[in-house]
Amino acid sequence: MIEDIPLSHILIVSTLIFFIGVYGFLTRKNMITMLISVELVLNAVNINFVAINRYLYPERLEGHFFALFVIGIAAAEAAVAIAIFINLYRNIRSIDVDEVTEMKY
Amino acid sequence: MGSALVLIFAIMSVTSRKLLRAAIYLLFVLIGVAIFYLVLDYMFLAAVQIVVYMGGIVVLFIFSILLTSHLSEKLQVVKPLEFIIAALVSLIGAGVALSVISTHTFKPVVADSPEITVFEIGTQLLSYGKYGYVLPFEVISVLLLAAMIAAIVIAKREKKPES
Repeated sequence: MIEDIPLSHILIVSTLIFFIGVYGFLTRKNMITMLISVELVLNAVNINFVAINRYLYPERLEGHFFALFVIGIAAAEAAVAIAIFINLYRNIRSIDVDEVTEMKY
Repeated sequence: MGSALVLIFAIMSVTSRKLLRAAIYLLFVLIGVAIFYLVLDYMFLAAVQIVVYMGGIVVLFIFSILLTSHLSEKLQVVKPLEFIIAALVSLIGAGVALSVISTHTFKPVVADSPEITVFEIGTQLLSYGKYGYVLPFEVISVLLLAAMIAAIVIAKREKKPES
């Protein structure tokens, strides 16, 4: 099954997902959508790890484990970030980055 | 074909002006990534991706979207200057990365490796010899505990001072 797909195709797809995520992170103002963009970036990196592991070093599992750890860290990060958003919303009724300047100085 | 669908959903999830729809498009992108893992013969990773992302993170996103905004609310349109800058940055970055990928020739090992069982993953994850991953495993367990406690402490409502 994987003989039909060259490695570079998977890398191209993951590159495009990565930069779509970067674009979203730069243009969005709402914090939750920024977090969605970060998830896209992390997923692109995961695809890269797994694809290179599978194609170039199929007898090892390094990329596999890195992808697992990245998934775990993404889950922890999302949990903490959403706790912060809920606390912010409770205090200033908004989660737009433009309006959250209270903690800046 | 399938990857084109994933890319379309990714673009829609960063450009959709309704928050809930952005989250649902993200869900489709994550399903596509899980299918990539299945195609690459990593069953366990695909299962973890589905359980953690779709069962955990997307549900968390949807909950927080419903808690912090109204359903009819639309996000503001991106300002033209910001759009141009962001599009330029991502296009230049993608161009550089794609040119590197297209000029470099990979030599894939076509050897059909035996399917990786959960048993192998578990023993290697917990071994402390060569290629063992017990240290990162312990570190990430501490990290997850710390994140859990931090999330509870941050989101907890402050007690009102008793008058």
